[in-house]
Amino acid sequence: MGLTISFLAAAIVAGTPLLFATLGEIITERAGNLNLGVEGMMLMGAVMGFQVGMDTGNPFLSVLAAMMAGALGAGIFAILTVSFRTNQVVTGLALTTFGTGFSGFWGKQLVGQSIPQNLKTFFKPFPIPGLSDIPFIGPVFFNHDWLVYLGYITAIFLGIYLYRTRRGLNLRAVGENPAAADAASVNINLYKYLHILLGGALCGLGGAYLSLVYVPSWQENITAGRGWIAVALVIFAAWNPYKALLGSYLFGGLDIIGFRIQGTGFPISQYFIDMLPYAVTILVLVVVSLKKSRAYAPPKALGIPYFREER
Amino acid sequence: MKKALSLILVLILSLSLIVTGCSSSTSKGSQGDAEQAPENDIKVGFVYVGPAGDMGWSWAHDQGRLYLEEKLGVVTMYKESVPEGPDVEKVLNDMIDLGANVIFTTSYGFMDYTEKVAKENPDIKFLHCSGYKQLDNMSNYFGRMIEPRYLSGIVAGMKTETDIIGYVAAFPLPEVIRGINAFALGVQSVNPDAVVKVKWVNSWYDPAREKDAAIALLDEGADVIAQHADTPGPQQAAEERGKWSIGYNADMSEMAPNAYMTAPVWNWGAYYVEQVQAVIDGTWESSSVWLGMKDGVVDLAPLTKNAPEGAQEAVDKAKEEIINGTLQIFAGPLKDQTGTVRVPEGTVMTDDEVWSMDWFVEGVEGEIN
Repeated sequence: MGLTISFLAAAIVAGTPLLFATLGEIITERAGNLNLGVEGMMLMGAVMGFQVGMDTGNPFLSVLAAMMAGALGAGIFAILTVSFRTNQVVTGLALTTFGTGFSGFWGKQLVGQSIPQNLKTFFKPFPIPGLSDIPFIGPVFFNHDWLVYLGYITAIFLGIYLYRTRRGLNLRAVGENPAAADAASVNINLYKYLHILLGGALCGLGGAYLSLVYVPSWQENITAGRGWIAVALVIFAAWNPYKALLGSYLFGGLDIIGFRIQGTGFPISQYFIDMLPYAVTILVLVVVSLKKSRAYAPPKALGIPYFREER
Repeated sequence: MKKALSLILVLILSLSLIVTGCSSSTSKGSQGDAEQAPENDIKVGFVYVGPAGDMGWSWAHDQGRLYLEEKLGVVTMYKESVPEGPDVEKVLNDMIDLGANVIFTTSYGFMDYTEKVAKENPDIKFLHCSGYKQLDNMSNYFGRMIEPRYLSGIVAGMKTETDIIGYVAAFPLPEVIRGINAFALGVQSVNPDAVVKVKWVNSWYDPAREKDAAIALLDEGADVIAQHADTPGPQQAAEERGKWSIGYNADMSEMAPNAYMTAPVWNWGAYYVEQVQAVIDGTWESSSVWLGMKDGVVDLAPLTKNAPEGAQEAVDKAKEEIINGTLQIFAGPLKDQTGTVRVPEGTVMTDDEVWSMDWFVEGVEGEIN
């Protein structure tokens, strides 16, 4: 029982960087833009968050800097894909290459440094009074650092935004059928820009969670492919923030379950477990396409640049 | 208009790619040391598999390079983050074009490419780390990391209260396996009841996963974490849980001031100076060496305040015995995990046997898969 609780709690922590990145990519794709630069934006956020944390020792400024760095990456993507209608896949891939190189270059002098003690103290687990006393649920969900809680709140907030507000409806319309949304006098470019930037900011936050809270130190390529898992998670979660919450913690659990299985004599290879997130995503894709379920379909205009004149 | 703007943006993006890409990879050695003009035309090249600032494997080699510059005043150059593939040949030829006449290649996967280039350039001296191939102008060298690992095992064995010691390990390769075995034997020499639990990360370099592995070990009751992986992730895990840790490659006390006790470390400088001096003197001959603590290539970092009482004395004694040869780490009787005697009493494993070890000694919990 004790081991199960500690495993589930660790799965939530491991899933948190995935959650932020997935939520960021969900709202980006909801605006009809497929940004494959998640890994790059995460790395930019991770390195900038760490740099500002080192310089100022202020947790809020470092988180803010990480989000701005992510948004900066997303901004380049937005200008190219929204205003100049470049190919989104290629632009996103270039952004990943750019972010990886940029963070490696910038982070050279940060390698081997340790963040200030007050930041470490600030990001320590903070049990929520009352809630953390609930047996089982308390220690699993409510005994974490505050960025984990921010993850819950962001997911729920985005869920409400997407499905319960006028603006959320407009956003979904932009992703499904921009021409119709345009006819309803929704400012397509504004929606696209805002949500791509916000998505990038969330990706940057996911990266900073690794460098500021999880590891915490700067290492080149600290994300080690988590950005790509987030891209897969978006499909797994069917572009739904609530399901992203579930999926991120599930994938986070898959990420660390190997270590818990090792040594128990259970005959399963680590490589097989490493494969599971991708295998599960493919399985979901197949099932969805067989069922032709509309709830699981991607935004219809995803990846297609919008030309008003071609309406 | 828009087209022109987009073109410019794309250009900027790709330019910045090129700029960042280059400046992170083609850094040259401190050729600016003009006041210390070398009286010979020796130029020494180093090829690293990782970033020189990784605080790990490549960092240790780079420290050796800096020591070499300081001691002999020779010009050095290096190339970092070189993938273990055909690129190695290109890098080596570039260095030769730049006038390098001694080249150290510091990763196992560079071996075949080094051999090929060495055959084409018989006048240039090559030294390859951690492999086994040798030519007239190509040496191979490596360090007996098992010796300081044994010493760090003594520290861990004396510290543990739960008698469970966690070990975060990169890949199930002989190099890692023999390190774990040496560590476990060090533990058992002071604490026969303690077990060493091993978790494989299947990566040399993944801070978050390495930390996850350490957390899993701590959850299973380990109170000392050791590692054979290149990032300080496991150290952080021990620090956060208020437990203790043993690092690797470098002094990691800054990462985990209340957990870190010591670390087995590389110290290549002495060997690099000796080899390059031999080249300068014209006495260099190719060799195949596995250097230990007595050569100064490997050592245990100074113990910190977190180390248990009496550890310093025990470590000093064992170190002296290893150096003068009275203590053999892999001396019989040694049993494997199933209890089968693998090395009978009165015999000692040969270097070749230790080199290719693929089984765990008794007292190690973990699978080699």
